[in-house]
Amino acid sequence: MRLLLGSLFALAVAAVVGLGATYYALTRGAAFGPLTIGSWTAWPKTGTIDADPYARASIARIGRLPTALGDGVSFTASADDSGRQLDGRCDVIVTGVTPAARFWTVTLYNPDGKLVANSINRFGFTSQEIVRRADGSFEIVVAPRANPGNWLPTGGVERYILLLRLYDTAVGVSTKAGREVPMPSVTIRNCP
Amino acid sequence: MIRWLLLFFGGALLGGIVHLATIIILPFTATQDAYARLAKSAPVNAVTAVPAPTPESAIMPFMDPAFASAVCRYDLSQGPLKLSVPVSLAYTSVSFYTRYDVAYYAINDRAAGRQVIELNLMTVAQHNQMPEDEEITAADRLIVESPTLTGLIAIRALAPEPGLMPMVQNAIAAAKCLPADEPKPSR
Repeated sequence: MRLLLGSLFALAVAAVVGLGATYYALTRGAAFGPLTIGSWTAWPKTGTIDADPYARASIARIGRLPTALGDGVSFTASADDSGRQLDGRCDVIVTGVTPAARFWTVTLYNPDGKLVANSINRFGFTSQEIVRRADGSFEIVVAPRANPGNWLPTGGVERYILLLRLYDTAVGVSTKAGREVPMPSVTIRNCP
Repeated sequence: MIRWLLLFFGGALLGGIVHLATIIILPFTATQDAYARLAKSAPVNAVTAVPAPTPESAIMPFMDPAFASAVCRYDLSQGPLKLSVPVSLAYTSVSFYTRYDVAYYAINDRAAGRQVIELNLMTVAQHNQMPEDEEITAADRLIVESPTLTGLIAIRALAPEPGLMPMVQNAIAAAKCLPADEPKPSR
């Protein structure tokens, strides 16, 4: 009886610990070798044949095709530079320059990876259509209400994430966060 | 007391094994991964346009709305494939994924360096069987080795402005993914 109770207890602990850890790892999108610059994080290795089991599992669970490293690198931001979660009811300023890349796009998704509906059907910007300052830097205003300049509407959703994809870029597995990879800053301004 | 503590640690250790096993097995049991989502609409060994993502519907999450895309779901069991993708005005890329959505190769228009990206896709075994004919090896076709028999080829082209999207979609529509002809015996 004691043996049975004991082994049942041990098995229950195993199930809770094992499945709990798997669930936690997959919902957090954990993988090895993140490249974090400011509020942006990318997993360049996820786009290669060397993708680790965590990356493979999270790709399969989300149901997306990862950006292959020969194509580009995709950076995600879900919080601003001071760590506050991005809120669709606030004005968020994305400003600066990007690492060298032939093209880049910035896109706004809800946390499930869906585009967010808005009145002007704008879901992001490409490097070609963005309005820049004289020094080549740009400023994108991510806000629920119309703004002059590069306005990226949030549709008023509570949580969203920004994806900055660099296409045909030298940024990759061997890149270290540093001066040669300048990423735009993300700042929350005017929160209601 | 010590007995229960030991049982707890034993259970936690076993839990670690359960965790690793589930992480490794998950991709092979996923029913809603990108391949399964595309398998519903994409026939085998043919290029199919992927509808642009909208807030209401998207085949896959996290698709880039600035890109026109098409996929070729391939099966190499009948022999190698020949892929040709015309280069569109801004940026065109071809990415190769295994059956379990792992990207193993990608090429873009600049790396291809021509107006058409042309590739031969085959398994390692098929590549080894190829006769070492000079005419074939000298042909400036790129050979890509697929680690799995089946998989996906994602063809994507950037529309730098939304107005250029129809043009880019047309360019992508001309992409072809066909079974390669048997290499002819030399002379």
